[in-house]
Amino acid sequence: MTGSSVFRKHSETIILGLAMISTVLLMWIFNGSRFLGSGNLQSMAFQLPELGILSLAMMVTMLTAGINLSIIASANLSGIIAALILTQFIQPGSSGFSAALVIFLAILAGLLTSVLVGLLNGLLIARIGVSPILATLGTMILINGFAIVITEGYVISGFPEAVKFIGNGLIFGIPMPIIIFTICAIAMAIVLNRTATGVSIFMIGSNPIATLFSGISNKSVLIKTYLLSGLYAGIAAIIMISRFNSAKADYGESYLLMTVLASVMGGVSAAGGFGRVSGVVIALVILQIVSSGLNLLRVSNFLTIAIWGIILILVMIVKFYTDRYQRRQTT
Amino acid sequence: MKKLLARHETYIFLVIVIFSIVITAINPSFLTLENLFDLLKSYSFMGILAIGVLFVLISGGIDISFMATATVAMYVVAIVLTRFGGNILLCFVIAMSIGIVLGMINASIIYFFSIPSIITTIATMNIYYGLLTVLSGGKWIYGLPAWFREFAELRVFSLTNAEGITYGISIITAIWFAVLVLAWFILRYTMLGRGIYAMGGNLASARRVGFNLLHLHLFVYSFMGMLAGIAGMIIALLVQTVAPNQIVGKELDVIAAVVLGGASLAGGIGTLLGTMLGVALIAILGNGLTLMHVPSFWYNVFIGLVILISVSVTAYRRLKREKRMVTVELE
Amino acid sequence: MADVFLSMKNVNKRYVGVQALSSVDFEIEKGEIHCLVGENGSGKSTLIKIISGAVEPDDGAEIEIDGKPFQHFQAIDSIHKGIEVIYQDLSLFPNLTVAENIALSQVIATGNRIINYKEVQNIAKSAMARVEVDIPLDALVGEIAIADQQLVAICRALTSDVQLLIMDEPTSSLTKKEIDALFGVVKDMQSKGIATLFVSHKLNEVLQIAERVTVLRDGKVVGTFPSSELDDEKLTMLMTGKKVEYSLYRPQASDGQALLEVRRLAKRGNFKAIDFELKPGEILGITGLLGSGRTELALALFGVSPADSGEILLSGRPVKIRSVQDAIRHGIGYVPEDRLVEGLVMPQAVQRNLVLTVLSQMVNQFRLIDRRRIQATVNQWVDELAIKVPSVDSPVQTLSGGNQQRVVLAKWIATNPKVLILDGPTIGIDVAAKHAIHEIIRGLVKQGIAILLISDEVQEVYNNCNRIIVMHKGLFIKEFETTQTSAEAIQDFINSTG
Repeated sequence: MTGSSVFRKHSETIILGLAMISTVLLMWIFNGSRFLGSGNLQSMAFQLPELGILSLAMMVTMLTAGINLSIIASANLSGIIAALILTQFIQPGSSGFSAALVIFLAILAGLLTSVLVGLLNGLLIARIGVSPILATLGTMILINGFAIVITEGYVISGFPEAVKFIGNGLIFGIPMPIIIFTICAIAMAIVLNRTATGVSIFMIGSNPIATLFSGISNKSVLIKTYLLSGLYAGIAAIIMISRFNSAKADYGESYLLMTVLASVMGGVSAAGGFGRVSGVVIALVILQIVSSGLNLLRVSNFLTIAIWGIILILVMIVKFYTDRYQRRQTT
Repeated sequence: MKKLLARHETYIFLVIVIFSIVITAINPSFLTLENLFDLLKSYSFMGILAIGVLFVLISGGIDISFMATATVAMYVVAIVLTRFGGNILLCFVIAMSIGIVLGMINASIIYFFSIPSIITTIATMNIYYGLLTVLSGGKWIYGLPAWFREFAELRVFSLTNAEGITYGISIITAIWFAVLVLAWFILRYTMLGRGIYAMGGNLASARRVGFNLLHLHLFVYSFMGMLAGIAGMIIALLVQTVAPNQIVGKELDVIAAVVLGGASLAGGIGTLLGTMLGVALIAILGNGLTLMHVPSFWYNVFIGLVILISVSVTAYRRLKREKRMVTVELE
Repeated sequence: MADVFLSMKNVNKRYVGVQALSSVDFEIEKGEIHCLVGENGSGKSTLIKIISGAVEPDDGAEIEIDGKPFQHFQAIDSIHKGIEVIYQDLSLFPNLTVAENIALSQVIATGNRIINYKEVQNIAKSAMARVEVDIPLDALVGEIAIADQQLVAICRALTSDVQLLIMDEPTSSLTKKEIDALFGVVKDMQSKGIATLFVSHKLNEVLQIAERVTVLRDGKVVGTFPSSELDDEKLTMLMTGKKVEYSLYRPQASDGQALLEVRRLAKRGNFKAIDFELKPGEILGITGLLGSGRTELALALFGVSPADSGEILLSGRPVKIRSVQDAIRHGIGYVPEDRLVEGLVMPQAVQRNLVLTVLSQMVNQFRLIDRRRIQATVNQWVDELAIKVPSVDSPVQTLSGGNQQRVVLAKWIATNPKVLILDGPTIGIDVAAKHAIHEIIRGLVKQGIAILLISDEVQEVYNNCNRIIVMHKGLFIKEFETTQTSAEAIQDFINSTG
């Protein structure tokens, strides 16, 4: 491959990388040494993973030209189920083998919940042919309803020590959530790039008919996609309840926009078929840097949300012009 | 007859009838004029917004920033009222103008930079809402002038019941009706209406045949914005207080109602009758659950189920119809 | 009638890196039926865009319409002068009625804000009356047959004072009856002084309807000829610049077990009582008019829309084919007619498309993709089928039609099929590439594969098959041994069924 074709293939990633470096510099200028201090870096490292794993959950569905509006609701319900088990069967302070078993079961139950929601989504979309927006809109409302019925609007809290470690602990100085996120990102990258299912996901996103005519079982691939999306939502849920030490029916509602933002910024095409995990990860880092930087500047949360919106539009405008430029080159 | 059965609206209507029968059987006070007039008043908010969303969906786009727009409009009006005073006409003019301006911003971004409407309106939703919350400090506004409350209680048509209590069709319902008539006229009798359908049916051809796409985009999103402004006023009138976070988060309920009524997310398809039936279905469901003393927690579960069943049935029917499409003239 | 309506001299058009048109002189007489032919990339679409004013020619072009010269010819000028274009996609609104589709551009031109439905109906009715077409005005265009949609598009063009109607590949989805009806409408318009310019690659239709034919090659006009002086062979030679020898090939069916046996296969609304056998080494041609059920039969054998009843046997064993995976597992492959939508995933890389059918074989013991095996497979097929591609990572849409079809063939050959079904494999492909693809097919049967060749073109099946079956209205109605008949005889037989 020649130099210029390497550039074209990885141009998105390179541009994002440059954007990331500039954002770091910008934040450093505004915030001084506080920004690069270990305290800030560590707190960023704790917040990023849950959004990151949720973004991966969104990304995989967008690759098939779909979308998953129910990831936050799934995560909340999973967290609630896990939290119920944790609070019903053990005392907050306890530890030991039986506690460990219950914790294990709670996590399993939580993951199973979101996987089942994923299965529901997958069946609706693959077998009945409902469009992804409508299917996941419906499941989002339904799951949210279940969450409200179970919790009656209350917060469930009071988990054993060991659970807190998942969201707050350190291994060799690296926050546990980051480790989990890294594993999840690598796993997703392997699935997408190195498995037959992964290749099929991209192909279905670009042209489901030709893919079907090539012998791929679209139904099975789509169901796997939404199962995977559900699984990741569940993993994010475990980290979330651990960090917040509680579970509620409506946590993280603003996360939905951010997962779409991270995916789109990371190069995922809303029309499906294209996108890289590396791009999404870099986009997440940029978002986290901006978020922390703004936080340090005591910028209100709401202004931050507005800034996300502006950034999303600016990113899309830049894409518009670069696409136009690229098209002029090839006509 | 066959044509009637093929129409989506017929099914929604049947479901409404069935629900109504069940609810009345359990609680006869459902089918009283008093209750129905009350429903018409409280759901005019959703009803007006649904009309705006319908226009956008028919044109082939989607808008989820309308709640944020409504919030901004009603907040600004509330500030003007409490600081400078005014009259009801001024309120509506301000609210509608703000809505139109915010809608035009949406339209311009979508048209000039070819950014998908879902992404644009996710961004502007956050920008409008974020900026408003920051600038307003999140304060609630009470103390609206007395005439404001009196206006809300006006009726265009009154009756008195056995206990001497008057009830009737509220002026708010009349406003909804006026908007409905205006929308019907535009869709059915103006070139603007044909243009909106044409845009949704085949964007490229719409341009070729001579429609001014810029004007159509501007109209559709400003109309949505204007209706959002009116809706913002209505909430303020109904609740008599104004807060930045009152209504944000309920966008998807409105979209669900419009989709239930048969509008297609792909564009080109949708009727006012269907949309109003969709809103009616949601209204009856909500009201019914209350009258049957079902705890409000269950609301979302039911709405979610209704949406999922409805879209599944629609999708499944389409699947079956497409299978039958290709027929060959046999001997 | 030597009255010239449109005259273009010295038309050039250069895009970045490519000369689309050079020194093109072109003219159309009033009321003439004229055809424009040329291979892909010959400049046909660019010329059409210039005539319709969508694109401006380079400096130095002289354009005259109805005697009036134009300096900077634009779309609005072309519309004012009565030039209308109907593109292949018809540009209709599926969600609006027939009447609205026909009348819309007129109504917009009046500038009225309020729509007058009576006026809409009247405009539509008078347009339809001009060509004796009868389609329900209130039907939604998305729900009527394609042939009717075409007529709606023509009526729309007739609402203005059209002098020249340009149609881009108008007959690609029409049955013979519908094509004849369309040609009838065109002749009708001619009698009213309206000229028509067809762009088509279906040479026999071109020769049937056109008065004069202009041939484009590599952006230059080869010449304009009266259709009476042309035949298929001459036209092809003018289009390609080469004398293409249509070689005849007679595949040899081997003795012994049939690879594929089909007994009383039927599918309601598609076909019935289908019986046939395929032996290794055979190329069985299936032809007939459009709408005879050929593709439906292929899709049933391939598992996309399984048959209702009947038996399919592979190498003597009865099999159930209810999905594409079943078909592939039993060794059946399918090269579809619609390459764009069914054949390839256009925006994705060549190599991904190539291995899509055999993905499950490209994984190692950990279920992970073996990059080296993919590379080896891809390189092997690119070499064997001589696929011209700058890089295997290029999106397959950047390849020429002929090379794209080779990718499709490669991906199926890679599955080691026993039976390969080819549906219109050389549609939209240049003559030279066509020849090459036929060579590939002939090579395949020599290795013992059996091929079902479905095609519109009698000449194509005649040149390549040992047997030909004519299908009509869902039935097999006649079988020919190619050694005992001629292409003309088969064509005559088909025409007689129409």
